Amino acid sequence: MTLSSSAKPAGLVTERRAFFRSAGAAALSATAVALISGCESMAQGSMNSSSMTMADVNILNVALGLEHEAINAYQLGAESGLLQPPVLNVAVGFQSHHKEHRDALIATIRKLGGMPVAEKPKAEYAQALNAGSLRSQADVLKLAQRLERGAANAYLGVIPSFGDKGLAQVAARLAADETMHWTALTGAMAEMLPQKALTFGA
Amino acid sequence: MPSSRVLAIVLALVLGLAEPAFANGNAERGRDLYESRCIGCHSLDANRIGPRHRGVHGRKAGSVPGFTYSPALQNSPVVWNDETLMRWLTNPQEIIPGQRMNFRVSQPQDRADIIAYLKKESGR
Repeated sequence: MTLSSSAKPAGLVTERRAFFRSAGAAALSATAVALISGCESMAQGSMNSSSMTMADVNILNVALGLEHEAINAYQLGAESGLLQPPVLNVAVGFQSHHKEHRDALIATIRKLGGMPVAEKPKAEYAQALNAGSLRSQADVLKLAQRLERGAANAYLGVIPSFGDKGLAQVAARLAADETMHWTALTGAMAEMLPQKALTFGA
Repeated sequence: MPSSRVLAIVLALVLGLAEPAFANGNAERGRDLYESRCIGCHSLDANRIGPRHRGVHGRKAGSVPGFTYSPALQNSPVVWNDETLMRWLTNPQEIIPGQRMNFRVSQPQDRADIIAYLKKESGR
C-alpha cells in the first residue's frame, strides 16, 4: 500500500487543520469531564459492588495501556524522519487525541480507587511494534491505520463487559475517535472505504 | 414420554439454539479477524498490551515470559485449547474471574475462526 502523492496528505491536513484548531485544548477538559461524570454516577449508586467497580477499573487500565502505546507509536512515527510536514501535523494531532484519552482514563481510574498502569519506555514500544522495519511514510501510515482499527475494535469489544453503562458509553466514544483516525488514515493512503456496513466490532 | 426425557430434549434444544455446536474454524478468515479485532492489543510474536499469541494453543494460561499478568490469570490452571479459548473469547470473566482482558467476540463462528488461526500459528 503506497501513498499515491503528497497532495493527498496535504489535503487531509488542510481539511483537518481548522478542526484541530477549534477542538484543541478545550477537548481535554470536555473528555475528562465526560469520563469523570460516569464515575460520579457510580458513587451515587449505579454500581452495586466493589468487585464490579474493580472489573471496570481493569478494563479502563487495559484501555490506558492501549493509549500509552498509541501515543508512543505516533511519537516513533514523528521522530522517524519519514513523514512529510503535512502528514506529520496530522499524526501529531491524532497523538494529541490519544493523550487526551490517556489523561481522562487516568483521572477516571484514580477516581474509582484504582492505580493507573504506567507507560513503558519508548524503546519497548519500538521493539514490540517493530518500528525498525519502517522504511517509508506509507509504512508509518499503515502501522497507524492497523493500530487505530485495532483500538476501535478493542473498545467496541469491551463494551458488553462494563458494569457501568456510563463507562460503556465512554468506550463507544473512544471507539468513535479511533474510527475517525482510521478513516482519515485510510483516505490519506487512497484506500477504499468498506463497501459493507458494520465492519467494525460485532 | 417421561417428563425427565422431555426436559432433557427441551434443554438440548435450548442450549443448541443459545450456543451452536463448536463450528469448524476457518484459519484464513480467522487471520483477517485477528488482524481487525485482536491487533489493537496483541501480536503473534511480541508482548504488548496483551501477551504474544504464537504458541497460545496448548499453553498454560498466564505463562508467557516477560509479560505481567493479573494474579487471576497467573494463578489459573487453565490450559488454552479449543474449548477454553472458546469460553475465553465468549466472556473472559466467566472462565477466569478477576482477569483484565474483558474483550468479547460475540459471534461463535468468529470465535471458532480466530481459534483456528491461533491454533495454526501455534503449530498445532
